[in-house]
Amino acid sequence: MPKDTGIGASPLRREDVRFLKGAGEYTDDIKTYGETVAVFARSTVANGIIKSIDTSVAEGMPGVLAVFTGADFVEVGGNPAGWLINSRDGEPMKEPKRPVLAHGKVRHVGDAYAAVIAETDRQARDAAEAIEIDIEELPAIIDVKEALKGDNFVHDEIGTNQCFDWGWIEDNRAATDEAIKNAHHVTTLELVNNRLIPNAMEPRCSMASYKASGDEYVLHTTSQNPHLTRLLISAFVMGIPENKLTVIAPDVGGGFGSKIYHYGEEALVLAAAKRVGRPVKWTSDRTEAFLTDAHGRDHVTKIELATDAEGNFQAFRTETYANVGAYLSNFATATPTFLHGTLMAGNYTVPLVYVNVKAVFTNTAPVDAYRGAGRPEASYSLERVIDKCARELGMDPIALRRKNFIKPEQYPFASAAGLEYDSGNYDALMDKMEEVADVKGFAARRAQSEANGMLRGFGVNAYVEACGIAPSNLVGVLGSRVGLYDAATVRVNATGNLSVMVGAHSHGQGHETVFPQVVAEMLGIDAASIDIVHGDTSKIPFGMGTYGSRSLAVCGSAVVRATEKIINKAKKIAAHMLEAAEGDIELKDGQFSVAGTDKSVSFGEVALKAYIPHDFPLEDIEPGLEETAFYDPANFTFPSGAYCCEVEVDPDTGKVRVDRFAAVDDFGNVINPMVVTGQVHGGLGQGIGQALLEAARYNSDGQLESASYMDYAMPRADDLPFYTVDHSQGTPCTHNPLGVKGCGEAGAIGSPPTIVNAVIDALQSSGKNVTHIDMPLTPHRVWSAMKNA
Amino acid sequence: MNLSDSKTINADRATVWAALLNPDVLKACVPGCQDMTGSPEDGFEAVVVQKVGPVKATFKGAVTLSDINEPESLTITGEGKGGAAGFAKGGADVRLEADGDQTILHYEVEAKVGGKLAQLGSRIIDGFAKKMADQFFQNFQDAVGEPTTEGETITTEIGEEKKKGWFKRLVSN
Repeated sequence: MPKDTGIGASPLRREDVRFLKGAGEYTDDIKTYGETVAVFARSTVANGIIKSIDTSVAEGMPGVLAVFTGADFVEVGGNPAGWLINSRDGEPMKEPKRPVLAHGKVRHVGDAYAAVIAETDRQARDAAEAIEIDIEELPAIIDVKEALKGDNFVHDEIGTNQCFDWGWIEDNRAATDEAIKNAHHVTTLELVNNRLIPNAMEPRCSMASYKASGDEYVLHTTSQNPHLTRLLISAFVMGIPENKLTVIAPDVGGGFGSKIYHYGEEALVLAAAKRVGRPVKWTSDRTEAFLTDAHGRDHVTKIELATDAEGNFQAFRTETYANVGAYLSNFATATPTFLHGTLMAGNYTVPLVYVNVKAVFTNTAPVDAYRGAGRPEASYSLERVIDKCARELGMDPIALRRKNFIKPEQYPFASAAGLEYDSGNYDALMDKMEEVADVKGFAARRAQSEANGMLRGFGVNAYVEACGIAPSNLVGVLGSRVGLYDAATVRVNATGNLSVMVGAHSHGQGHETVFPQVVAEMLGIDAASIDIVHGDTSKIPFGMGTYGSRSLAVCGSAVVRATEKIINKAKKIAAHMLEAAEGDIELKDGQFSVAGTDKSVSFGEVALKAYIPHDFPLEDIEPGLEETAFYDPANFTFPSGAYCCEVEVDPDTGKVRVDRFAAVDDFGNVINPMVVTGQVHGGLGQGIGQALLEAARYNSDGQLESASYMDYAMPRADDLPFYTVDHSQGTPCTHNPLGVKGCGEAGAIGSPPTIVNAVIDALQSSGKNVTHIDMPLTPHRVWSAMKNA
Repeated sequence: MNLSDSKTINADRATVWAALLNPDVLKACVPGCQDMTGSPEDGFEAVVVQKVGPVKATFKGAVTLSDINEPESLTITGEGKGGAAGFAKGGADVRLEADGDQTILHYEVEAKVGGKLAQLGSRIIDGFAKKMADQFFQNFQDAVGEPTTEGETITTEIGEEKKKGWFKRLVSN
């Protein structure tokens, strides 16, 4: 019988009531008295020297209050990279300054070089258009391999377009090379992990106000991590003291990574609010979102897999060119390295892994973490080359994977790529997948498709990822310049209801529903009496926000720790009220009772007592009932899964239809199965979008040709099948109090190789020797591959 | 994008050459041209109104002639700035080949767009550029060549009506 409350129950998402009624309050919904509008003037060329900017006409136009150019920000700092990577030769990565506004040079189409503050949006737009800029256009640097030749640089001051040349694990390089040289069989695959544009439903928006009386700033902004944004603005960019800056991320309509980062627009509205003495708001339009939100993926990779005659994996070796775009976004250097290279052993006992990643500057929008962040790139490379290997060796793709799986008794398992997996059972996932997907029935379904003139393919994938992004000591060793703990404050109010202030930020995840389930279970009270507060640095403890599927594993654990402290203190108060020893107090179903007696007080009575401490022994018990905990785990969490799908390919047109998709995931313990299923559905939608539809395309001049929904194909309902989702095979995480892993990114990690493997299988079934097609598998690409096979 | 083609014009090479250097002819022939001033030596200033897919804009820009090799070949280059719509720029290498009373005009056009034009119009820009080039050279043929059908008129983007072959009659008067 499923529970209807607490851990393991699936109450409906309480936040959906306001979202579905259109009553959410997003940054752009917040109207302030005296509000003004900021509009940015952006480069229409990809690379060029700014010879002059004339703002005189714009400044005199109706309604214009101020005009800013890069010159106004020469004295302030740059937007930093949050993760230091050292190259193979020990040299630190190149970190050219990322200014608030472009100065001296524009480096990608959409690079802002000026901003107008005006009374109305229309006045600001007209004035921005009247700014005269003279740019000497330079050839655009677009292709990652070409970028490393010649002497045309995105950042002249570093004299190269290579940010770093990273090796992982460098000590394994020679042994890996040797293993590949001597292997019985080597499968090689060259592939492109296509560049994606995040496309959150709500475009970015930032509004700043400034109060001269206290020299205080408030920034409302679309952020996944308001404290991190404040830290970056205070410590690196603007120098505003942290205690003079409040950052509020109210309802945020999706992020997928793109709203982790601090962007120049946030700094601009802060500076402008002070100069004009009124609130300043900037709201991105959709074209600006395409041009300037940090993009995702964009790897060019060669991967080799060495096996013995029986199909035992002996080594993986990869060489990747990772496009970081024109400037380093905050996590741009971590994404292709430690979030990618450390996963290149996959679910397998392979003894040797060597990963080489060259990060390359180009005249394109910055590239950073996007749902999955490095792990989709790792899983795609691995699971595509394994599939190709199975075909070359004439082995069943499931059997080949099983042969090399880490077995349940091997945990904790030190992977060849440097991580210690704490738990998992990949065979159990594969068993479950074969069952729920009715893999046995595939042959009959293929025959049926063929009778209808269609090709049917089966694709499988096994993934493991590292999420619950933390722990501080480990990420510190790996180069992170920030800690990755999280924090929660549980405040029990006098009337017995609770406010739980969390460092995580919900922008679609469902924290307002799920965190109360945890607290309610622990206290034995009604979840409806518990409210979650998030997104406001003036209200919440200093947490690190939401990304890397970390909210429940890291912040949820902080909630557990803080609630434990509440229970301990409440027991003290109850003991005082019941005139019993603290050690004799038991908490059950919201009642504190003296063990072995019928004496008890309710949670509500204890709460009231905490704030009316007329007779408290103040040496032993402080008034109040409020506790804070910071939680920093011992390791990443390691969700894993077995995915499979069946596709039908129309041999006449190359059109791919995903007929069925099964995702069997190990997320450890599950707090709200419905929310988890929803997260998997969302991730699968984005992964299938990457596999079949989505591609950010720059032409050789650096013009983004896919900058609208006419040219950038987002997945729609009729592109997606009904999913079979299962998370019954969880192996609890061994190091956090909830035993949870993380489910936010899994679907986007596991699905792209599953789809591509299935399409290749379909084409092979028709006798076409197609071994690879780069994503997205558009009808044109599939048809061309069939035709050229 | 690149495109090349040739058109046979019903006029001798000297007439065609003179027309190519004449701002009035260029104004009449550039689709959407509102204004064209200047001279072959100093270059021309042009204002063109065009709609590319969803983007309509007024382009202001300069046109220069170079590699002038009278009466055989020249290069026309231009760049138009369309404000928020972005920019368009391009060039055409034009070569005139005498063919009896007629002239074969060979052209190779290279065109680039940027900003919103590229972001919203890239799918249709190749077709658009081809249409623009076809229209230009058709207009040019109509302005310079002998009228093929008496009384037929053409309508330019700005609504002016002109008899075909008007330039030739102008210069032969």
